[in-house]
Amino acid sequence: MDIEKGSQIGGAMLKTVDIEALSLSRGERVLFRGLSLGLSAGEAVALTGANGAGKTSLLRAVAGFIRPDSGAITFGGADGEALDSGTARRDGVHLLGHLEGLKPTRTARQEFDFQTAWLGGNEAAREAAVARLSLTPLLDLETRKLSAGQKRRLSLARLIAAPRALWLLDEPLAPLDERWRVVAAELMAAHLAGGGMILAAVHDPLPVPARHLDLGGLA
Amino acid sequence: MRAARVLFGRELSLAWGGGGGPLLACGFMLCLTAILPLAAGGDPRVLAPAASGASWMALALASLLSLERLFERDLEDGALDLLALGPLPLEATVAIKALAQWLATGLPLAVAAPVAALALGQPAHLIGLTALAAAIGGLGFAFTGALGAALALGAKRGGLLIAVVVLPLFIPPVVFGAGALTRAANGGDPLSALALLGAYVLFAVVIAPVAGAAAIRNAQG
Repeated sequence: MDIEKGSQIGGAMLKTVDIEALSLSRGERVLFRGLSLGLSAGEAVALTGANGAGKTSLLRAVAGFIRPDSGAITFGGADGEALDSGTARRDGVHLLGHLEGLKPTRTARQEFDFQTAWLGGNEAAREAAVARLSLTPLLDLETRKLSAGQKRRLSLARLIAAPRALWLLDEPLAPLDERWRVVAAELMAAHLAGGGMILAAVHDPLPVPARHLDLGGLA
Repeated sequence: MRAARVLFGRELSLAWGGGGGPLLACGFMLCLTAILPLAAGGDPRVLAPAASGASWMALALASLLSLERLFERDLEDGALDLLALGPLPLEATVAIKALAQWLATGLPLAVAAPVAALALGQPAHLIGLTALAAAIGGLGFAFTGALGAALALGAKRGGLLIAVVVLPLFIPPVVFGAGALTRAANGGDPLSALALLGAYVLFAVVIAPVAGAAAIRNAQG
């Protein structure tokens, strides 16, 4: 596999994520209890489990959107110091979920430029992302005209255009065809080689070396 | 600062693009104004005393129109997650969205308000005051509206819910704003009513971002 030069990780020097004895529930239903998981620079973890086992919820909890019942999620810096979780999330975390967050009436360029600037990207990384994902022919289209796979390419481009340490990926490869799955795999490998971290919910194996965490069936 | 500018630009582009929300709001307001003489009769002796009040009622209703777009769409299409992971705290995001709402909808309505009031028979020398009061009140409408829109997030038929949540909160600015104009029309001093309107707006500007951000976090979980 062609490993690209490690991308420069910007923002807070987010190096580790520690999930300790985490319990999550949605409504009345307990998803899991006492889940612990550590991630450090260059590591990837593939989350598996049945539909509804809590993979997406775990990703959203790490992103700070779901408050856990108990347990803690802490972010660590280069010297092992604990980072403020708000700051760490605001400049160290990417979430790529089922929804791409694109406005149907705006062009791909408008949306991509907004996302890049909003998430703290830079011009050089933006150019590289456009080239890597061959976005040029898509950029002038309104996003409602893009296919699911094309939208996902736009979202993958956002991950590179605004370098951040932790990628939370929810079924990242699902809408992509073979060609773009290979590219996505290369991007993930490059991200890990550059000291990034990946926590991904998957059904198929993650295309990079990763530890596995099975959340089991329906709780 | 760059992030704030970028978000503000996006919000303005969303408000103006695809459907022309501000023009729609102005059109809606003028339609309401046109209905009143048909409902209450065209007698100027009846209409003129009610002109200020009626124009403020139309202003309040027209301010409701695009509130659903403010957060609901972003929640539905996942953009709210993106906004939450951006560099600004959610409170600032809510404030910027409300400001953009004011600029995109509130100010055009403030331009249309004197036209509506004039058409109903409000004295012509009050044009400036009408626009000024509508612009100040519009800022309050935008922030309380943003709060209502955040509170209604995730509820089915959120658009209707927003109207029910927000309209009661619109009562104070309507009372103060229409009061200022009525006083001025009767030769009184509108300043005290305008000051109360300003106080309400300041209150909304302080409260709405904090409460709105809390409501959004709740809806995201």
